[in-house]
Amino acid sequence: MDVLIEFISNHLQMIYIVILMIFVGVEVIGHVPAVLHTPLMSGANAIHGVVIIGAILVMLSASPDDILALSLGFVAVLLGTLNVVGGFVVTDRMLEMFKKKK
Amino acid sequence: MEYIFSLELIYLIASVTFILGLKMLGHPETARKGNLIAAFGMTLAIFGTIFLYQGKVQPLIYSLIGAAILIGTIIGWGIAKKVGMTKMPELVSLFNGMGGASAAIIGLIEFSHYVGDQLSIATIIAGLIIGSISFSGSMIAWAKLNGTLKKPIRFPSYNIVNNIILIVILAFGVYITMSGSDSQLYLYLIFFAALAYGVLFVMPIGGADMPVVISLLNSFTGLAAAFAGFLYGNMVMLTGGILVGSAGTILTFAMCDAMNRPLASVIFGAFGEGTAGS
Repeated sequence: MDVLIEFISNHLQMIYIVILMIFVGVEVIGHVPAVLHTPLMSGANAIHGVVIIGAILVMLSASPDDILALSLGFVAVLLGTLNVVGGFVVTDRMLEMFKKKK
Repeated sequence: MEYIFSLELIYLIASVTFILGLKMLGHPETARKGNLIAAFGMTLAIFGTIFLYQGKVQPLIYSLIGAAILIGTIIGWGIAKKVGMTKMPELVSLFNGMGGASAAIIGLIEFSHYVGDQLSIATIIAGLIIGSISFSGSMIAWAKLNGTLKKPIRFPSYNIVNNIILIVILAFGVYITMSGSDSQLYLYLIFFAALAYGVLFVMPIGGADMPVVISLLNSFTGLAAAFAGFLYGNMVMLTGGILVGSAGTILTFAMCDAMNRPLASVIFGAFGEGTAGS
């Protein structure tokens, strides 16, 4: 119990953000027409590419002689970039076709 | 991690663009603009992270980061521009897997730096498990959609077996956290177990249900990103990750609704499908 109380009081700001973001996510998606499901999924997919920032932080804080961390970090940044760039570009292309059909 | 006001401001702006972008993606007239706004916020956050980082960084590391981003951009842009309309969902799955893998790798590297800090280890293990499942699951979904894996492969009573495997993985994760172990063997063991679970999880699901599965794995990757954000106390990763995690979950249900199939029957429903077919 003490551990739980300590955890909550130490991370109150983050807990607020988590709870509020859960509601924002739910609200933002409500009542979306079915044709937009796939582009929306694709757009959300690009946004979670934000994990690349973690990969960049790993690289920035790695010591220069830690070859394992640097090479794994390199791969992580590369894959994260694929997620971000590919995600946004493919979403744009989906929506481009969507517009043409109208 | 030092608190840098200008960087925090950039993260705040990026978080707002994510929310706004996702909201605008939900309406046909604004969808395209919404995507661009979110992409702008992401670019801002990435370059802010690199250029406003406080601390001594060797030029070699900067060039490595630059090279990784450059190569990733060229490949990602190239594939996304070239792909045909019908191939787009499988590409989303592929990119989703890349994000999951990125989250898993972060866990693999950071584990040894946080041994002894139970909360951080728990966060790392959670991100590692979810990221790995998302990666291998997305790869299978990708292979199914592009026709490499045509038929769903079902082992006898795979539902029960899969659930047992998942419980074992989770229990093992709790054990690593509680024991305070610094064993790299355990770390890689749980990594490979989670990868295997991702394969087993998606393998039995039929090709027609793949969009729902991809959406579910999409929200998993969001969650993995959020765990990494929690680890670093990084607000934009936390907001972006949780936002996608929650929006992705709702979207998964909406997609099931549109297909008139409850989520449970998509994931566990291969039994019913089998009997209906025979």
